[in-house]
Amino acid sequence: MTAVPHLQINNLHARIEEKEIIKGLSLEIKGGEVHAIMGPNGTGKSTLASTLMGHPKYEVTEGSVTLNGEDLLEMAVDERARAGLFLAMQYPSEISGVTNSDFLRSAINARRGEGNEISLMKFIRELDKKMATLEMDESFAHRYLNEGFSGGEKKRNEILQMMMLEPKICILDEIDSGLDIDALKVVAKGVNEMRTADRGFLIITHYQRLLNYIKPDFVHVMMQGRIVKSGGPELAERLEAEGYDWIKEELGIVDETVNANV
Amino acid sequence: MSVDLQLRFDREAITQYSKANQEPEWFLASRLAAFEACSQLELPVLEKTKIDKWNIDQYVPFLTQPKVASADQLDDVVKAEIDAAAVKSLLVQKNASIIFHREQAEAKAQGVIFTDLATALREHGDLVKKYWMQAVAADEHRLTALHAALVNGGVFIYVPKNVEVDVPLQAVFQVAGDGALLCPHVLIVAEANSKVTYVDTYVSSAGTSMVANSVVEVFVGPGASVQMASVRSLSAEVHDYVFRRAILDRDGKMEWILGEMNDGNTVANNTTVLKGSGSAVNTKTVSVGTGSQRQNLTSQVQHIGTHSESDMLSKAVMTDEATAILNGITKIEKGAEKANGEQAENILMLSEKARGDANPILLIDEDDVKAGHAASVGRISEESVYYLMSRGITRKEAERLIVLGFLDSVVTEIPIEEVKNRLRQALERKLA
Repeated sequence: MTAVPHLQINNLHARIEEKEIIKGLSLEIKGGEVHAIMGPNGTGKSTLASTLMGHPKYEVTEGSVTLNGEDLLEMAVDERARAGLFLAMQYPSEISGVTNSDFLRSAINARRGEGNEISLMKFIRELDKKMATLEMDESFAHRYLNEGFSGGEKKRNEILQMMMLEPKICILDEIDSGLDIDALKVVAKGVNEMRTADRGFLIITHYQRLLNYIKPDFVHVMMQGRIVKSGGPELAERLEAEGYDWIKEELGIVDETVNANV
Repeated sequence: MSVDLQLRFDREAITQYSKANQEPEWFLASRLAAFEACSQLELPVLEKTKIDKWNIDQYVPFLTQPKVASADQLDDVVKAEIDAAAVKSLLVQKNASIIFHREQAEAKAQGVIFTDLATALREHGDLVKKYWMQAVAADEHRLTALHAALVNGGVFIYVPKNVEVDVPLQAVFQVAGDGALLCPHVLIVAEANSKVTYVDTYVSSAGTSMVANSVVEVFVGPGASVQMASVRSLSAEVHDYVFRRAILDRDGKMEWILGEMNDGNTVANNTTVLKGSGSAVNTKTVSVGTGSQRQNLTSQVQHIGTHSESDMLSKAVMTDEATAILNGITKIEKGAEKANGEQAENILMLSEKARGDANPILLIDEDDVKAGHAASVGRISEESVYYLMSRGITRKEAERLIVLGFLDSVVTEIPIEEVKNRLRQALERKLA
């Protein structure tokens, strides 16, 4: 269990209905590493996150993904989660009638297995502590899961779940979108608290701003369903300053979707 | 097709039961009149539900049972529903007999009557007579006539003016054995500015071809407040018919909390007449359809008084091959100015073969009112299941959480902790 986690993506192809979106993506994430994937809208960043988690809408047509040597693509969504994968979603579902705390306890216990359930006291202690870190009001524990939460509250709630579930590989899908700077700092604090040698991160973002607070070790640029350039944190800074055009020119990419929304 | 089935009861059987319980003359007369009328009366006309092949009158109406000396001698099926030892005011009816009764001394001292129908007829006959079958008429249809003829128990509650009863008065109705009939009548009279909560539960033991035919009548006096919670957990062997009706005087308040958790065929009609100005009703219904049961559940409000308010919310989950018709009827009469009626029916379908119909109906004869309705029939969202599964929860558990959550937004608003738990228990049983 203490093995350093290792997510290996090889030549991944994925499509939604008949449209191929991920077109041969390879990436390796190990414990202790923070990877950031940047790129214009519509280049497949969120599709990558959903495909890794196993969203039923996306179909993998080629390639492989392994987590600690095990075939992730063969696993159901819940098995992937129990294997240590976590996705902080861009648009989490609202689930009426299920309180945040009941949901979290079910999720923790699903991971721990029957006969090894977390004690209520310990659960409450952990939850209180983590909610304090994220500056969340206590009432959130008893509210229905994401129901009526603002955009920022939902994002905090995603990070809260991540902190409670202590996954091995964390994917954050545009966790910064719609957050003001104070909320962004709080979310980053939560993430940074979780950075350890036995946990890896994949941060998907549109903006370099988030990376001022969560320092990545590697930055990748995604275009046309592939990683087209990789580098260190300095790559993110250059993208922020100069946009994506220089990469397109460098690589000879002509793609209308790249220009949109940049 | 007409099948001439022999009835297993006659004037003689009715008269015998009435005499054995020392019922007053007027009551026996009303039974016999209803008995004579029932063969001429039609069955109630129900939206999208035909009940002519259901068990209407094939049963033994007066199966008597021995009394139990203490609460721990009650059948397990009753004890599973209720912590009888802890309940201060409790009445238990099994088939045609009241087998257990405990009254709270404090309430009795305040003039509150909480007793079984037969005792009430003997000791408070005139009071019962004043209200008997005044909200639900014996000749409305064949089922109400059969009820009036064969009533074999029930509860009478009388709360004097300005008296507030602080503990819920509770009853358990049990039907047991082949061809048994449970035919209780619940009569609640709350005088001006009084307050009372009544909770009952319906259960069944082993037996085939059983029937429950119940009537509930509630009279809410000026400024009085009545809360009634009822959880029905009858087996697939019971055909269940229940007609509940409340009539509210000026500024009266009524709250219905209904858990339709039967496994068998069910007709439930719940009607509130907002007669007085400023009267208000809140109705919450939760139902789960399982197996091949058919349910017709109607929630109805009639606004007569000005400034009267109603709020009805029904939620049902349908599994297997079950069918449920959920009718919501808001009727606002001419002259009910400033009335406000809201209703919503939501159905969650869990199976391809299940059927759920939500029928919201607004009938408005007055201009100066507010009224609204919302209805939905949907399935579990795959996106929601995916979200829960992405946290390690299995599909089965995810669906269970979503379904319980769908109903819980009603359950959680139930103001009586005990009823809430009983309803959750029934939900877990039905959705297991």
